[in-house]
Amino acid sequence: MSDTHAQTVPYVRESMLPQAEPPVAERGVVKWIRENLVSSWLNAILTLVSLYIIWWVVSHVWGWFAGSVWNAGSLTECREILAGEEGACFAVIAERWNQLVFGFYPPELYWRPLLALALFFAAIAPVLFPERVPRAMFVVTAAMPFVNVWLIWGGSLWGPIFVALGFVAGWGAWRLAQPRLGVLAGAILSVLAALLWWGVVTGWASPDFARILPLDLQRVTSRDIGGFLLSTIIGLSAIILSLPLGILLALGRQSDLFIINKVSVAFIEVIRGIPLIVWLFTAQLLLNYFLPPGTNFDLLLRVIIMVTLFSAAYIAEVVRGGLAALPRGQYEGADSLGLSYWQSMRLIILPQALKISIPGIVNTFIGLFKDTTLVVFIGLLDPIGFSNAIRASTDWNGIYWELFVFIGVLFFIFCYSMGRYSLYLEKKLSREHR
Amino acid sequence: MKKSVFLGAATVACLGAGAAAAQTLESVQENGVLNCGVSTGLTGFSSPNASGEWEGFDVGICRAVAAAVLGDPMAVNFVPTTGQTRFTALASGEIDLLARNTTWTFSRDVDLGFSFAGVNYYDGQGFMVPRALGVSSAQDLDGATVCIQTGTTTELNLADYFRVNNISYEPVPIETNAEAQQQYLAGACDVYTTDASGLAATRASFENPGDHVILPEIISKEPLGPLVRQGDDQWADIVRWTLNALIAAEEYGVTSTNVSELASGTDNPEINRLLGSEGELGAMFGLENDWAQQAIAAVGNYGELFEQNIGESTPIGLARGLNAQWTDGGLMYAPPFR
Amino acid sequence: MATTTDPHRAGFRLSQLVYDTRYRSMTIQIVALVALIVAGWWLVANVVQNLSALGKDFDFGFLSSRAGYDINQTLIAYDNSMSHGRASLVGILNTLLVAFMGCVTATVLGVIAGVLRLSRNWIVAKLMAVYVEGFRNVPLLLWIVLIFAVMTESTPQPRDFRVLDDGTSAASMLLGDTIAITNRGVFIPAPVWGSGALVLGLVFLASLVAIWAYRRWAFARQERTGQIAPVFRVSLVLFLVPTILVFLFMAFLSDRQTLVAYGGADGQDLAGFAQALGPDGRVTACVVPGTTQALLVRRALRNSDANFSLVEVADGEAAIAAAEAGECNLISQPPGVDPATIPAGGFALSDGIRSGNPVEFDVPVLGGFNFEGGLQVRNSLIALWLALSLYTGAFIAEIVRGGILAISRGQSEAAFALGLRPNRTMNLVILPQALRVIIPPLISQYLNLTKNSSLAIAVGYMDVRATLGGITINQTGRELEGMLLLGGFYLGLSLLISGVLNVYNNRVKLKER
Repeated sequence: MSDTHAQTVPYVRESMLPQAEPPVAERGVVKWIRENLVSSWLNAILTLVSLYIIWWVVSHVWGWFAGSVWNAGSLTECREILAGEEGACFAVIAERWNQLVFGFYPPELYWRPLLALALFFAAIAPVLFPERVPRAMFVVTAAMPFVNVWLIWGGSLWGPIFVALGFVAGWGAWRLAQPRLGVLAGAILSVLAALLWWGVVTGWASPDFARILPLDLQRVTSRDIGGFLLSTIIGLSAIILSLPLGILLALGRQSDLFIINKVSVAFIEVIRGIPLIVWLFTAQLLLNYFLPPGTNFDLLLRVIIMVTLFSAAYIAEVVRGGLAALPRGQYEGADSLGLSYWQSMRLIILPQALKISIPGIVNTFIGLFKDTTLVVFIGLLDPIGFSNAIRASTDWNGIYWELFVFIGVLFFIFCYSMGRYSLYLEKKLSREHR
Repeated sequence: MKKSVFLGAATVACLGAGAAAAQTLESVQENGVLNCGVSTGLTGFSSPNASGEWEGFDVGICRAVAAAVLGDPMAVNFVPTTGQTRFTALASGEIDLLARNTTWTFSRDVDLGFSFAGVNYYDGQGFMVPRALGVSSAQDLDGATVCIQTGTTTELNLADYFRVNNISYEPVPIETNAEAQQQYLAGACDVYTTDASGLAATRASFENPGDHVILPEIISKEPLGPLVRQGDDQWADIVRWTLNALIAAEEYGVTSTNVSELASGTDNPEINRLLGSEGELGAMFGLENDWAQQAIAAVGNYGELFEQNIGESTPIGLARGLNAQWTDGGLMYAPPFR
Repeated sequence: MATTTDPHRAGFRLSQLVYDTRYRSMTIQIVALVALIVAGWWLVANVVQNLSALGKDFDFGFLSSRAGYDINQTLIAYDNSMSHGRASLVGILNTLLVAFMGCVTATVLGVIAGVLRLSRNWIVAKLMAVYVEGFRNVPLLLWIVLIFAVMTESTPQPRDFRVLDDGTSAASMLLGDTIAITNRGVFIPAPVWGSGALVLGLVFLASLVAIWAYRRWAFARQERTGQIAPVFRVSLVLFLVPTILVFLFMAFLSDRQTLVAYGGADGQDLAGFAQALGPDGRVTACVVPGTTQALLVRRALRNSDANFSLVEVADGEAAIAAAEAGECNLISQPPGVDPATIPAGGFALSDGIRSGNPVEFDVPVLGGFNFEGGLQVRNSLIALWLALSLYTGAFIAEIVRGGILAISRGQSEAAFALGLRPNRTMNLVILPQALRVIIPPLISQYLNLTKNSSLAIAVGYMDVRATLGGITINQTGRELEGMLLLGGFYLGLSLLISGVLNVYNNRVKLKER
C-alpha cells in the first residue's frame, strides 16, 4: 500500500520503521527479573528470603569445604595441618573410599563387581530401551543373574550353570507336557523336573564338570562384601527376585478365588504394615526359629530373602496399579478370543500392565536402595556401618561430617539419576497413550 | 548333620554351617576358619584398618583361638555384631566365639544359655565429665544429663546406681560410641558413662583430653570375656585354656619373640607343658600339642596383646590396673597347666 | 477369568475337578489352602522344636517383670521399678506422638513446598526443587543422623546461658526469658492447672460448640438466601473472647495463700524469715507437686534469694503433718485460712503470695546442670520430628504438585469466567478436585512416616522399637514374643490409619460423578 501512495501523500511514511526495542523494563535480564523474581510484593519477599537462605548455607559451608585437607594419615595430622583454621578433613575419604564403596572386597578383584554392574546394565538395556536394543540381548538378561553371582562371590561357574540349567529343564518339561497333559499337570511336572535336576543331577555332575574344566574364580565370602557394593547387591537382587513374586501377588489380589485373594491381601498388608527395620531384626533374630533346627545360612542371604519378601509386597501394589489402569476392554477382548486365564495374562494383560508399571518399579527400587542403609542395625557393614567402623579406628576417631557428606552425595547421584530415568519413562508412556 | 538350604541362584552365597552341640571344634576344623563375633567398631578392641584387616584386643583373642585350633591366626572370619544382635548370632551358630567385650553376668551365663570362657579384661562402669563443670564425685551429679550406650548392661547399672543414691538424672540413650562421643563433646550431655576402658579410649581421641576428667567412682563390676554356646564343653575348654595360656605365658615370661626358642625345652616343667614339649595337654582336648605355642606366637602373651592394642604406649593409654598379673597385684591368674 | 460354561452333563467324574471350570476354581483353592496349612504347621512345628532345643518357652510373662531401665521422655508416669509392659506402653505413646506431629508438619511443609515449586518465582521454584530432590534421593537414616548432629552442634549448651562475671553470657533465652533453645532440647513454659481450670476448660469447649453451631447456621443461611456471613471473624472472636474474659475474671477473684513458717516470728515476711535463718539456714517448703500454689511458692522463694529446697507431699494435711514432724519449715495454706487456726507452732508470714490463676506457666530456669522446670522438648524428638517431616514433606510436595497439575487449566479459566476471585477459585474449584488426586498417595505417605519413625534408634528417641523391641528384648532374651508384639503394634497402627483415612477418602470420592 505504502509504495502506491508514496508520491501522492507526502506525509505518509514510505517504508517501515525498524522494530523498536521493547522498553528496558520489558526485555532481557530486567524483564526476566521483574517477571520471575519481583512480580508482586509476596514474590519479592519470597525472593529475598530465598536469597538469604542460599547466602546463609553457602557462607557456612564454603569455608569448611574450601579449607579441606585431602592428604593426611589421621585426624590428629589433619588438625595439625589445619592449625586451628576451619576446614574439612577429606583425607579420611582419600584413605578409606575403597572400604566405603567395596567393603573388604580384595582390591585386586575390584574389576569383578564392576564387570557385574556393566553386565547388569547390558542386561536391563533391552527392558529399558526396547526400541533401540535388539531382542537378542534378552539372552544376556537371562544369563545375567547367574553370571553375576559367579562374578561377585567367585567359586566355580558350574554351580550357577547347573542352577540355570534346572530352570531350562523345568521349562523343557513344561513345553513337552503342557500340550499333552494340560496346564496343571504341566506345571507340576515342570517343577518336579527342575527339582529333580537340582536335587540329583547337580549333586553328582557339577563336581565332575568342575574337575574337567575348573572355570574357578577366587572365592569372596559375603563377609568381605560391604559398603555401596553391599547396598547395591541387596537392592538389585531383592528387586529382581521380587518381581515374579510381586506379579503373582498382584494377580492373586485381583483374583476371584476367595482363598487366594485373601491370602495375597493378607501377605501384602502384613508386609507393608510393618517397618523394614522390624523385618530386618526378624531376619537376624527370628528366622532361625522358623527353620528346621540346625539350619544356618549366611546373614546376607537372610537379609536378601527378607528384603525380597518386603519389596514383593510393594511391587505387587505397583503391578496392581498397572493392571487396574488397563481398560476393561483388554480383559474382555482376551476373553472373547477364548484365551485361558494364563494365556490372556501372558499374551495380553501383563505385557501392557508391566510396561506402565516400570516407572513405579524404578521408584520402588529407589526407595528400597535407600532403605538398605537400615542393615547397619543388624551388624552388616553398609556405607553407614563402615562410617562407624572407620570412626572406631584410633586414626579417625572423632571424624564426623566428611563421611556422611561423602555417603550422602553418592546416594544422591545414584538415586537422582534413577529418578530422572523414571520421570523420562513416565513422560514417554503418557505420550504413547495419548 | 549338615543341612543346606537351597534357594535358587543364591546357593553360592550359602554357607552351610552345621551348629549342633559338641561339634564346634569339628566344624571349625572342617571349614578351616573360625567365625568370631566382634564389635562393629570399638576403639582399641576391634576395628578394621585401612587395608581391611581387623585389629584390636578382642580381635587378638579370636586370632589366638584360631592359631591354637587351626594353626593359622589369619583363618578368622570376623563377624561384626551389634549390642542387640550378638547373642542371637552366637545362639544360632552363626559365630563360634563371641569376643565383643561382653560382661559376664549370671543371667547371660545361665538363662541365655552361654558359657563364659574367662575374663580377658576386668572393667567397670565409670563417668567422664568436662573439667569445667567442677564435679569431683558422681554424688554431685544430681540433675545431670547422662549419655549412655543402649543395649548394654550400662543402662541398668546406671539406673540402679542413681536409684540407690537417690539422685535424679536424665538418660540420653545413644546407639554407637562414636555418636555418644559427638553428643558429649557438643555438651548435649554433662556426663558420658560407659566402661572405664571405653572412657579412656574416648578421652584419648579428644582434641584436648586434659579438659575432661574421669570420676573416681566405678559403679559396677564388668568382667569382660569371650563366650561360647553352652553344651559344648570341649569347645568352651579350648577357648578358656587358650585365654589362660596367654595369661600364663606372661607370668612365665614367654613372649612371641622367645616362644619358639623356649618351645624346644626349658628347665621349667610348667613352661614345657604349656608349650607342648612335655606332656600331652593339647591332645586331651583334640588339638595339636603345640596349640599354645601357636597362639602365643601369633598374638603374643597377654601382656603383649594388652600393650599393643590398649596399653600405655598406644593412644588409648590404659594402665594395667586390675588387669595386671596376680604377682603384680592384679587379678590375672591362670590355673596351673598340669 | 475365562467364564465359559460347559454344557451340563449328568453325573460327576473326578476329572471334572481339574477340567471343569465350575469345579476347578474350588480345586485350586482347596489345594492352596492345604498347602498354606501345611506350610503354617511346618513353621509352627519348627518354632516349637527350636524353642525346646534352646530351653525356652513361649510366655508373655516377662511383660509384668521389673524393667530396670530409665526412659527420658515419658508421657505417662514411669520409673525403672515399673514393668516391661509399662515401658512398652511409654514407647508406644512416644511413637504415636512423633508420628502424629510428623504427619501434621509434613503435610504443611509438603503443601507449601508443592505450591511454591509451581511458583513463577524462579529462585523460589529452584530452591524448592533442590529441597525436594535432596530429601527424596538421600536415605532418611542419613538425614536423621545429619539433622541430629547439626542441631547438637549449632545450638548452645545449657552452660552457655550462665551469666559470666562480666555480665555477659554466650547465649540467652528468648521471649522474655521464657524459652531456651539448647542442644538438649527446647525448654518452653509448661502450663500448670490451678483451681478453676475446669471452669475455664468448659467455657472453652462451649465456645468451640458455639463456633460449630454458628458455622452450620451461616452455611445453611447461605444455601437458603445466598447471603454470606463473616464466618472467619466471628469464629475468631468466639474462639478467644469468652475464654479470655473468664480467665481475667477468675484471675481478678483469685485470693492470696497464707504462708506459714515454723520457727519464724509473728509479723515477719518471707525475706525476713529467710534472713532470720542465718547464712547456713535453709528454707524447706512442703508443697503439693503440680499445683499452682507450689509453683508460686517456688517462684517467691527464688526471688527472695533464700537458700531453699522443696519437699513434695501428697496434700495440705500431709504438709501440716510434715511440718509438725520437723521435715519442713514452710507450708502454704489455702486462701482465706484464718490466721487464728494456723497449725500449732507456725506463724503466718505477713506477705502472702498469690494463690494462682486457673492457668499458671512454669517457666524454665537455669539450674545446676540444666534448665529446670518448664517442658523439655528433647533434641532427639525434635531431630526425628524434623527429619521425618522434611523427608515426607518432600514426597508430599511432589504429590501436591502432581495433584494441582492434574487439574486442567480449563477449570480455573471457567472459574474466572464465572467471576470467582483467585483465592475462591483455589478453595472452591481447584483444591476440592486436586484433593481427590492427592489423598490416596497422601495416606500411604502417612503410613510410611509412621513406619519410618522406627528409625528413632538413630537418635536415641525412646519409641516402642527402642523400649519393647530394643532394651526389653535384649534384657529378657524374649526375641520371639517381643518381635511379635512389636510387629502386631505396627500392623495394627497401619491398618487403623489406612482404615480411617480410607473412610475419609471414600467420602471425598462420593462426590465424583
